[in-house]
Amino acid sequence: MAIFEGTRLGEAQAIMARYPEGRQRSAVMPLLYLAQSVEGHLTREALQEVAVLIGVRTAEVEAVASFYTMLRLRPTGTHLIAVCTNLSCSLRGARAVYDAAHEATGIAPGAETSDDGEFTVHEEECLGVCELAPVVQVNVANHDVVTPERVHEIVERLRAGEVPEPARGPAVESFKAASRMLAGFEEAGSPAVTQAGSQAGSQAEGANA
Amino acid sequence: MSETRRVLTAHWDDPGVIALAGYEDAGGYRALRAALGKTADELIQLVKDSGLRGRGGAGFPTGMKWSFVPRDTGKPTYVAVNFDESEPGTCNNRELVEREPHALLEGTAIAAKAIDCHLAYIYVRGEYLWQARVLQRAIAEAYAAGYLGSNIMGGDYDLDIVLHRGAGAYICGEETALLSSLEGFRGQPRLRPPFPAVEGLYESPTVINNVETLMNVPHIVNNGPDWFKEVGTEKAPGTKMFTISGKVERPGNYELAMGTPLRVLLEEHAGGVLDGKAIKAWTPGGSSTPFLTADHLDVGLDFESVMEAGSLLGTGAIMVLDETDCMVEAARRLVEFYAHESCGKCTPCREGTWWATRVLGRIEAGYGRDEDLPLMADVSENILFRAFCALADGAVSPIQSTLTHFMDEYE
Repeated sequence: MAIFEGTRLGEAQAIMARYPEGRQRSAVMPLLYLAQSVEGHLTREALQEVAVLIGVRTAEVEAVASFYTMLRLRPTGTHLIAVCTNLSCSLRGARAVYDAAHEATGIAPGAETSDDGEFTVHEEECLGVCELAPVVQVNVANHDVVTPERVHEIVERLRAGEVPEPARGPAVESFKAASRMLAGFEEAGSPAVTQAGSQAGSQAEGANA
Repeated sequence: MSETRRVLTAHWDDPGVIALAGYEDAGGYRALRAALGKTADELIQLVKDSGLRGRGGAGFPTGMKWSFVPRDTGKPTYVAVNFDESEPGTCNNRELVEREPHALLEGTAIAAKAIDCHLAYIYVRGEYLWQARVLQRAIAEAYAAGYLGSNIMGGDYDLDIVLHRGAGAYICGEETALLSSLEGFRGQPRLRPPFPAVEGLYESPTVINNVETLMNVPHIVNNGPDWFKEVGTEKAPGTKMFTISGKVERPGNYELAMGTPLRVLLEEHAGGVLDGKAIKAWTPGGSSTPFLTADHLDVGLDFESVMEAGSLLGTGAIMVLDETDCMVEAARRLVEFYAHESCGKCTPCREGTWWATRVLGRIEAGYGRDEDLPLMADVSENILFRAFCALADGAVSPIQSTLTHFMDEYE
C-alpha cells in the first residue's frame, strides 16, 4: 500500500510547494518526515516513493536519510527518548539519567529499542537547553532538569498510556506524531500558543533586572 | 567598560510578546514600516554604520555581508536564517524565539528588503520542534496582519517566509552545509568561493544570518547606528546574548554589553560557581572554542579580547567546569561530539576525530602510553586547518587547550 496517496499525496504536494518551481528536491527532508509519521521509521518503499515524488534516484534519497539522525532507517519505538550527554548536561549528571533511561525501559546495553517495540533510547548530542541541564526529549518534546527518578516516572506513565507534560509546549503522544509536526503539520486541535518560557535562570526572572 | 542594557531581552518579563498583539504593543513592526520607506542602499548603510557583527560565531560585519549581494544578476535573491543552533553549550537563539518570535520575522523581513529578496527560509534545527511551532504560529499571524505576503503594509513589497526543519546534524549550522541541506542534499559544506552572497541557495545570491544578528536589526532601524554603538566595545558594538551553563548557581541566558568580563557574568548574574567551589576551566563560546582557565576571569567577552587570551568568542556560550571536574574526560566527551558530527567529507576530520577519541579514552581509563601525549599533539596539528570547514578546527580546540593548560591531568 502506497504511503503517498489520497490525502497524504495532497500533503506531499503542499510540502513541495514550499520551494520554488523546479526545486522540489528541497522537499526531501519534510517528505521523509511525513513518511516516517506513517510507519514510525523509513522503509525501503518510503524511500522509493519519495524519490518518485521529487524525481531523483532512490539512492539519493537514502543518502539524505542516512545522513540525519532524526530520520530513522531502523524500526523505532512508539516513544523516542533522547538523552543529551554532551558537556553541559554531563556536568549536571546526564550519565546517570542516560543509564536510568535504559534501566526503566529494559533496553539491553548496546541495543536501542525495547523488545516490545515501545521505547527507543538515543544518546543525544546537545539539545540546546543547556541552562536547564540535564535535558531529555520524549518524542522531541523537552523535559528540563531531569533526574534518574524522573526518567523512571516518565517511562512508567508512558507505559500506562499517558504522555507526561513537557517543560514547554504541548505533549507529543508518539514519535510518529512528532514526525508529522516535523513535516510541518500541526495536529488538529493543538492548544494555542500561550506561553513559552523556560522557568529557571534567565533574565526574565529578574536576575539581571 | 561601557554600561550595559537590555535590548533583545527587554520584554522577557512580558509573556504577551509571544503573540502579535503583544509584540505590536511593545513597538513591534515599527522598524519594518520604516524600512519599507528606505532604499536597499540606505538600509545596508545603516547596518554598516552601526558596526553590527554576526552573532553566530565568526563576527563578520553584517552590513558588509549584505553589500556583497549583487542585485543585477537577473536571478532571485534569498535570505536564509540560520536557526540551526547546535554548538554545545549554546541556547540563546532558542529562548529569543520562544519569547519573541515576531522579532525574528521583523529582522528577517528588513534584511530581505535590503537585498531585494522576496523569499526567505528559516532553517530551524529539528530538535527545536516547539520553537518551530511557535514560529509557524507567528508567521501565520504576520501574514494575516499584512506584515508578510503580498503588498506588505499596503505597499509594493512582497515577501514570503518559509520554515525548513533540519534533522539532527550539527554541520548544518555551517553556512554552506546549511544550503546543501536546504537544497535537499546531505549537509556537507561547499567550496568557497563562490561565496553564498554571490552563489548561494539555488545558485543565487543569498544572505545567511544568525537569529540574534537579525533580531538586532529592527532596533538599529528604530534607534539609529549611534544609539547601537553606545554599548559594547569600539570594534564590537552592541549587546551580546551569553549562555552560561555547567557548574554555576544560576545557569541561563543573559544579555550583556559586548566586552563584559566573565567575572561579571559569572559572579553578578550567574550567582558564582555551584556550591561555592572554585572555577577550573571555561569555554568562551561553546565546545569549539579553546578552554580558558581561572587566570582568565577578567577577559572581556568580545571578539578581540577573547582572541588575545588565546580562544574565540564563538557563540558566547560559557560552559563552566569546577575544581573537581576532569579535563581529560571533558576533552574526550567534546571530541566524541565532533567525531559523531563530522560529515565525513574530509579525511583529517573524519579519521582524526575518531582516532583522537580512542586515544583520549584510553588515557582517561588509565591505560595511557608514554607516546600518547605527543601523538595527541600530532593528531591535532594534522587536523587543524586541513579540512574543508571549521568543524575539524573545533574538534582540535578541546585537545590543544587542555594539553596547554592542564597537562598535569594527562600525566
